[in-house]
Amino acid sequence: MTKIITNFFATILLAFLLSFVMPWWSVMTAALATALFIPLKRAAVFFVPFFAILIFWAVYSFILSSGNDYTLAKRIAVLLPLSGNPYLLMLVTGIIGGLAAGVAAVFGKQITLMGNK
Amino acid sequence: MKYTKLIVSFVLTIGLFFILNTKLGSIPPIGKFLNPYSGIWQNETDEIVTGQINLPGLKDIVTVHYDEQLIPHVFAQNESDLYKAQGYLTAKHRLWQLEFQTYAAAGRLSEIIGEKALDYDRTERRRGMGYGADQAIAYMEENDKETLGYIQDYADGVNAYINQLKSEDYPVEYKLLDYKPEAWSPKKTALLLMYMTKMLAGGDEDLEYTNALRLFGKENFDFLFPDFFDITDPVIPKETNWDFIDVPQTALPESMAILDTISETISKPNPDNGSNNWAVSGAKSATGNPILANDPHLGLNLPSIWFVMQLSTPHHNAFGATIPGALSVISGFNEHIAWGETNATRDVIDWYKVEFNKDRTKYRYDGIWRDVKVRVEDIKIKGKKNYKDSVLYTHHGPVVFDKNFRGDNKLAGYAMRWIGHDGGNNQRTFIELNKAKNYDDYVKALKHWNAPAQNFVFASTEGDIALWIQGKFPNKWEGQGKFLMDGSNPENDWQSYIPQPFNAHTKNPDRGFVSSANQHPVDENYPYFVFNDGYETYRNRVINDYFNSKEKFDIEDFKDLHNNNYNLKAAEIVPYMLAHMDASSLSEEEMAIYDEIKAWTFNNDINEVGPSIFRQWYGKLYNLVWDEFDIEDIALTAPFTYQTIYLLKNHGNHKFMDIKETEDKTETAEDLFLIAFKEAAKRLIEIREEKGDYTWLKYKATYAGHLLQALPAFSRFDIPIGGDRNIVNATAENHGPSWRMIVEMSSPPTAIGIYPGGQSGNPGSKYYDNFIDDWAAGKYHHLYFMQSNKATEAIIGTQTLTPTNND
Repeated sequence: MTKIITNFFATILLAFLLSFVMPWWSVMTAALATALFIPLKRAAVFFVPFFAILIFWAVYSFILSSGNDYTLAKRIAVLLPLSGNPYLLMLVTGIIGGLAAGVAAVFGKQITLMGNK
Repeated sequence: MKYTKLIVSFVLTIGLFFILNTKLGSIPPIGKFLNPYSGIWQNETDEIVTGQINLPGLKDIVTVHYDEQLIPHVFAQNESDLYKAQGYLTAKHRLWQLEFQTYAAAGRLSEIIGEKALDYDRTERRRGMGYGADQAIAYMEENDKETLGYIQDYADGVNAYINQLKSEDYPVEYKLLDYKPEAWSPKKTALLLMYMTKMLAGGDEDLEYTNALRLFGKENFDFLFPDFFDITDPVIPKETNWDFIDVPQTALPESMAILDTISETISKPNPDNGSNNWAVSGAKSATGNPILANDPHLGLNLPSIWFVMQLSTPHHNAFGATIPGALSVISGFNEHIAWGETNATRDVIDWYKVEFNKDRTKYRYDGIWRDVKVRVEDIKIKGKKNYKDSVLYTHHGPVVFDKNFRGDNKLAGYAMRWIGHDGGNNQRTFIELNKAKNYDDYVKALKHWNAPAQNFVFASTEGDIALWIQGKFPNKWEGQGKFLMDGSNPENDWQSYIPQPFNAHTKNPDRGFVSSANQHPVDENYPYFVFNDGYETYRNRVINDYFNSKEKFDIEDFKDLHNNNYNLKAAEIVPYMLAHMDASSLSEEEMAIYDEIKAWTFNNDINEVGPSIFRQWYGKLYNLVWDEFDIEDIALTAPFTYQTIYLLKNHGNHKFMDIKETEDKTETAEDLFLIAFKEAAKRLIEIREEKGDYTWLKYKATYAGHLLQALPAFSRFDIPIGGDRNIVNATAENHGPSWRMIVEMSSPPTAIGIYPGGQSGNPGSKYYDNFIDDWAAGKYHHLYFMQSNKATEAIIGTQTLTPTNND
């Protein structure tokens, strides 16, 4: 359990720090790294970084958007189309980031397995 | 096993990265697009209107005060700094639009949106848009380094903004289409001015008329397309004396039109592009000060074509609507004068058939072979190889149509002679108008203006009102350029131009007002050849009747006139149709519609059904009358509305009334009224089923569409505003008064204005479309004309632009 919590927060922290020097796929790098150094098992390998980044991106989007009355989010939620619901757009944003992180973490896990007999 | 898993997970990771990082069809690269650090969430920002900004190259400090409408009031110490600041601020609020419009002008849209724009791009290049911009720059390099210098200042300002942007700051459209802004240059300003020239003087029907002449003969042609209608209420009053003109019209040579069959022509600007402007003299004004108004009718787009600014130096102080990409105020006022434009269309495009030698390196002219010049247009296409189009140039201009473009004749083509290619100095006119102090300055400023020809309305605090129709007009022989001409005959070339002082104009006319609404510039007494170039025949009469209706006018009257929904066209034909249609065969449902239009008093207000019924009825009728003009693979244009209505009322048995399809019957106008009415009723009932009712509000459903094909997310729909084309409030579905301004020439002038958009180009800003509701309701905003560089309560923030090395 501690590992899960450690991995969860480490992924968010690392993703946050890497975002200053890398493009959006910093979340993939972060999840890959935490998968290497804080290995998890089974479904947790995917879902912990998935939820970590989902929450990170969704909350970050919420903070940016709520300060501006969700003006643009409402419009982008028409474009995509998510029936104009800005919260749905935040969720989708989170899922996209989470998915990228989760898949990268699975790859990281496979690398760690290479070291084992 | 574990290798397989490793490889599978690796491929999955790379695959997902690729999908989220790549634009797929119209779907943006979704990871790039949605991530909160550099994606669209970064565009969820409030406007920054305070602080200090370094603007390299400034000579002095520039102060920018923003009012609550986000209008920047710019105080610079010299003109060079002023235009640098204008470029910077325009980029700051409208960068994507600024750049996109010049891509569109240059025929470079394929670079952004891919191969589907290739035909558009080729058309713009063959039209000579880039060539024309090059000519304008060359003219300024040769004759007017000062103006070119200011254009460079503007470019420096735009680039200063672009250079300080990080990718997360790019406007949302760049993220959506996945590209980056490029550096701005003076050529782009020239391209923008070409874009305006195309929009306002880029249409002609010469090739369509050529087909019509061949098919229907000269007598019919002259009857259907007369140079003047039976009524004219021209821009320059009829009683004007032209005796001062001592240069005659070019003598008529023996020239015959070339009667080719032309199947397809290039796209034309919206024929509704037009405008209203007017001014009343002090004597006709309730306050004793002249009052001036302008409302240009253009496509209703977001971001709006206009950006309102106050631009001042210690020597002048101008305020009004600017166009992103062009310097200074375009429609506005300063401390001394006010001015505004409407389009003064004239046939300034002619077509010449050109015959080539075998290898298309020479063309025949005056009995000899002349060299063809080749301009290779290299069109970049997103995701594809470049497309190279070699456009041949003759002394007439570009050979738009040839075997490589909408033509099949290997050894001939059609060359375009367009005033837009002549390298004018339009920017100079606006820069001088911004500084003009009186009538003489205004007249002097206009002399630099070639195209698109405009009706420049004028009023001054000294009490003058005036209107000049300014443009560079060929002095044509009678009938020249109505039809395709033989390009090898020198007599068909434009022989000379109407000397500028002989352009039609009026100053302080006896009637106490000047006005223009894209109608005939002059009546038959003007000594040069002017034929009907699609002139307006309704708005002008409503406006002039209004000003003849009483003695004095005030600002409220001006507002009422801007918002006037009276449909003179309907008033002139509907009672006749109702009186002459045999209604006995109408069903109960049709009869209900019949009663509705009968009760209509010809106002196109949003809650009326009359306008919708009329639109349907007249539309169907028009198509029935001109079924002869609907021929596959032959480019044709049907006669104008005014002449159509004239025919319906006065020549109801004319052979054009007959419907060709019905061989056993010869229809008359009265038969057509009924057939059209029944078709219209059927459609109206369908509309009622789709939309609940067919009130004008729902029928017209006015919208302001985003520049990217009215992308719904960034557009505004169902805007509650009445009016229509040919009505003073010229708001049709997606076209109408794009800027409404009223200025009273007190000292200093007081002004109100509004446009259907907002000052910000960012769809994430509350200032993106915040004017639309007030605009639709016929309201105006007070334009806060600051007289000194001192922030008051009306100012929400002040920004200082400072030179980089100003320690």
